[in-house]
Amino acid sequence: MEAFFEWFRVLYDTTGINLPFLYDSYDRGRMLDGFLTTVQLSVICLFFSVIIGIIGAWLQGSAFTWTRRIVNGYIQLFRNTPPLVQLYFFYFAIGTLLPKVETDWGGQAPMLGSFAWAVISLSFFAGAFNVEIFRSGIEAVPKSTVEAAEALGFTRLQIYMDITLPLAFRVCLPALNNNLVNLVKTTTLAYAIAVPEMLYEANQIWSDNVNVTEMMIFLLIAYFVLVGILVWAMNSWERKLKIPGYG
Amino acid sequence: MNWTPDQPMVSIKDVHKAFGDFEVLKGVSFDVMKGEVICIIGPSGSGKSTLIRCINALNDIQQGSILVEGQEVNDPNLDKLELRKKVGMVFQQYNLFPHKTALQNIMMAPIRVLKRDKKETEELARQLIRKVRLEGKEDSYPGELSGGQQQRVAIARSLAMKPDIMLFDEVTAALDPETVGEVLLTIKELAQDGMTCILVTHEMGFAREVADHIYFTDKGLIIEHGPPKTFFDKAKDPRTKEFLSQIL
Repeated sequence: MEAFFEWFRVLYDTTGINLPFLYDSYDRGRMLDGFLTTVQLSVICLFFSVIIGIIGAWLQGSAFTWTRRIVNGYIQLFRNTPPLVQLYFFYFAIGTLLPKVETDWGGQAPMLGSFAWAVISLSFFAGAFNVEIFRSGIEAVPKSTVEAAEALGFTRLQIYMDITLPLAFRVCLPALNNNLVNLVKTTTLAYAIAVPEMLYEANQIWSDNVNVTEMMIFLLIAYFVLVGILVWAMNSWERKLKIPGYG
Repeated sequence: MNWTPDQPMVSIKDVHKAFGDFEVLKGVSFDVMKGEVICIIGPSGSGKSTLIRCINALNDIQQGSILVEGQEVNDPNLDKLELRKKVGMVFQQYNLFPHKTALQNIMMAPIRVLKRDKKETEELARQLIRKVRLEGKEDSYPGELSGGQQQRVAIARSLAMKPDIMLFDEVTAALDPETVGEVLLTIKELAQDGMTCILVTHEMGFAREVADHIYFTDKGLIIEHGPPKTFFDKAKDPRTKEFLSQIL
């Protein structure tokens, strides 16, 4: 392994192509941290945004006018404003309003760090789109199928979880796929509030090494691969969910 | 709820139902005793389907009373679950859950709604699959079954809840003539087992064969009723006569 890394030092010495995140153990550590932070941020936001989508779509079908209004207001607010502005809003506006907590060495620290705010902000951002995506799937489920479940004594929640949602999922997966891909790419915005994700760490490295071109190419490839894995997983899930003789 | 089996299982009194300004049911009354098979016939739009959908509260009514084993359906505080445990329903379009196999379709409600044991329910479901003659189709998805097979799964699914009354809403209307027979046979056996059945149907031959009592509805009212023999052979009302002459 060491020989492999050393080869890149030789590459730099002979051609000038500088990839310090491979041959330099310190930069390697930074890059790996950045990569893992991006993966972590993506997975957590994917999870919460889908949960928000499921709950939001359920509340949209509520019998209470105000519940529906609040959900729709949330969607409008988060869909019609830039995610970067939302991120700043959460981190700088809401974040400073929260009480400070004492750190181990007696100092003061914000209650929620930048990573937590990125999770909250990006989950709500992608969640707003997910609500609408799930709604489109739910509306595609025939009313008669729901009625059959009602006649069997299912409650509204049981119908949603056992029948409507599984069927809606299959309908809206391509759209959900798109939004989740966008979400992974949007995690780069967390750079703006100093979450040490991949773009942030890459910036650190190119600032130290002045190898902007190499880092840019690397970033493109890294995100391409990362999103590629997500798309592959979603597609195989879509195939797995396919019902024989349906749709 | 002091219902006893000697009282009508379903007692419908002066039921009125309107969709907006359009009055679909204009005061319908009849009783169904335990073990009876009732067929409701009549032209399209006469309110037949609406009527039986009111019995398990899929449609609400504006006026009148529907008692199912003594439980009032026209009640804002109606315990729908309690009602629907007693009343099974089969639809024209089968309405199976497309993402579940035949067996799962049958098992779902007892497990989720009645919280029955999974193993026990599976045994019951396999028994019901045999009853509707679909051995070997347990693991097929609805999309892989013919209309007649789907409808028989739908009947089995409803029976798995062990209802006291079964409602059949034009259950053969979407089927091709060849498969109608297999579904009717299943219903006939059910009727012979003593299940209380209320059917909306266009199958006159079938109605004549299995029904204890026929109701003819037109424009939201019951025009004429009677046991099949008198009803089909000695209809009195001109509208009934006209309908029967067109259909027979």
